[in-house]
Amino acid sequence: MNKREGEGCPRKNADAVQDRDVSTNRSSPIITVFKVFQQELDTRHDKYERLVKISRDVTIESKRTIFLLHRVTSVADPEEILNEADVKLDAVRQKIGQIAEELRGEDIFQFHRAFTPGIQEYVEAVSFLHYIRHRSLISLEEINARLVFMRTEKVDVKGSAEALPPGAQVLTFQVTPADYLLGVADLTGELMRMCISSVGNGDIDTPFQLSQFLRQIHDGFSYIGNTGPYEVSKKLHTLRQSLGKVEDACYTLRVRGSEIPKHMLADVFSSRTTLIDPEEGVV
Amino acid sequence: MSVTEMFSYIQGFLSADQDVREDIRKVVQLLEQTAREILTVLQSVHQPSGFKEIPSKCAKARELFCTVKTHLADLKTKFPVEQYYRFHEHWRFVLQRLAFLSAFVVYLETETLVTREDVAQILGIEVVREKGFHLDIEDYLAGVLIMASELSRLAVNSVTAGDYTRPLRISNFINELDSGFRLLNLKNDPLRKRYDGLKYDVKKIEEVVYDLSIRGLAKEPESCMDK
Repeated sequence: MNKREGEGCPRKNADAVQDRDVSTNRSSPIITVFKVFQQELDTRHDKYERLVKISRDVTIESKRTIFLLHRVTSVADPEEILNEADVKLDAVRQKIGQIAEELRGEDIFQFHRAFTPGIQEYVEAVSFLHYIRHRSLISLEEINARLVFMRTEKVDVKGSAEALPPGAQVLTFQVTPADYLLGVADLTGELMRMCISSVGNGDIDTPFQLSQFLRQIHDGFSYIGNTGPYEVSKKLHTLRQSLGKVEDACYTLRVRGSEIPKHMLADVFSSRTTLIDPEEGVV
Repeated sequence: MSVTEMFSYIQGFLSADQDVREDIRKVVQLLEQTAREILTVLQSVHQPSGFKEIPSKCAKARELFCTVKTHLADLKTKFPVEQYYRFHEHWRFVLQRLAFLSAFVVYLETETLVTREDVAQILGIEVVREKGFHLDIEDYLAGVLIMASELSRLAVNSVTAGDYTRPLRISNFINELDSGFRLLNLKNDPLRKRYDGLKYDVKKIEEVVYDLSIRGLAKEPESCMDK
């Protein structure tokens, strides 16, 4: 037992200690099984890290798409921007395809924490685009329907995708209802910003449409209440604030819209919103 | 699909989810109850009189593990098998306790480290995820670490009870366990935190062994010197 006596401080020198220990009882059954455990844990951690990395890429690209979409209000030809956003989102979907690839044969929920931020951001971007195009809320099925991937080496051969060669596999990625819900909650923040900026551009109709849509979403969230995951109730608070801002904007438009010339409305708003909105960055 | 329809669809999903969680919680409560009973049975080995009764205590504990098996079989029916990790948090704690208890029983019986397969067999569950309700590797390792601290306590109490050889055997065992754990690259997670406690167990047992050897109480010094 003496070999242990002086161990107090040299423990810091972990490598040396490890070398000695492993060499002293390399053959022991405990060491043998722990070597297997080491491999298993390392494989699992590596996969987790890879997923975190992909998720981060998904988040960044989705954020950029959202910024791009905010330009819609101030541009003559929105269709061009929407198409560009579509292209960007296709790239994001490719990344999500990588996540699906990593998760093939795994329990999705084991690694859920690694990729949930990215997925929420994607839901936010995709539903924002959908709202600008169709003025309605994208459904969970519609999102999931676009996350189907063909896993075949020859992706460039377009015709073969339909034929489903024997080697090809269909991979799907399912956004969980909770992720969808949290993504939609984030969407409301974007809609609020869109409302304010569209007023700045002298667009009088959009704010009213937006306030109606936001109210519907707010009602939906109130209906779910605290049955949802914990984060939902936190987001509900932010949602209330966004709704308040939009409703205030509509109120001002109604009351003063008839009095003030349109080109001056923007000034009225910018002063008003800075007053009630000290934390714009939270969205 | 309108906004309202969408939200009521999600709401339906969420309440179904809550029902499943409620069912799981009920079974887990029963499991915790049984785990406490087994622990009580095994705790008596720390009593001076308990040392002679180790085999009978273990037999009794093994009987109780049959109840555990039925509860776990019941738990399996409460949720879809491929969603194990979705509800993992609910039974993670109790499964670690049960892993500890099986490891402790096996150690008391044979003085060896229980394999993951054996734990799974004692609890009536699977080892690999693909086959169904399984024992996660991290839970198994956490259970082993709980046993290490129980053994350091046992070393102290066995000296009190006049058994001077047991601490030496425990010491060898824990040292081997320690080198085993040092092979793992643990992330900064709960398992790592628990592993950080292992060195105190090692230290405590070393102190017991030291106390015994300077007083010449250790009966088989040769056998552990050449280890």
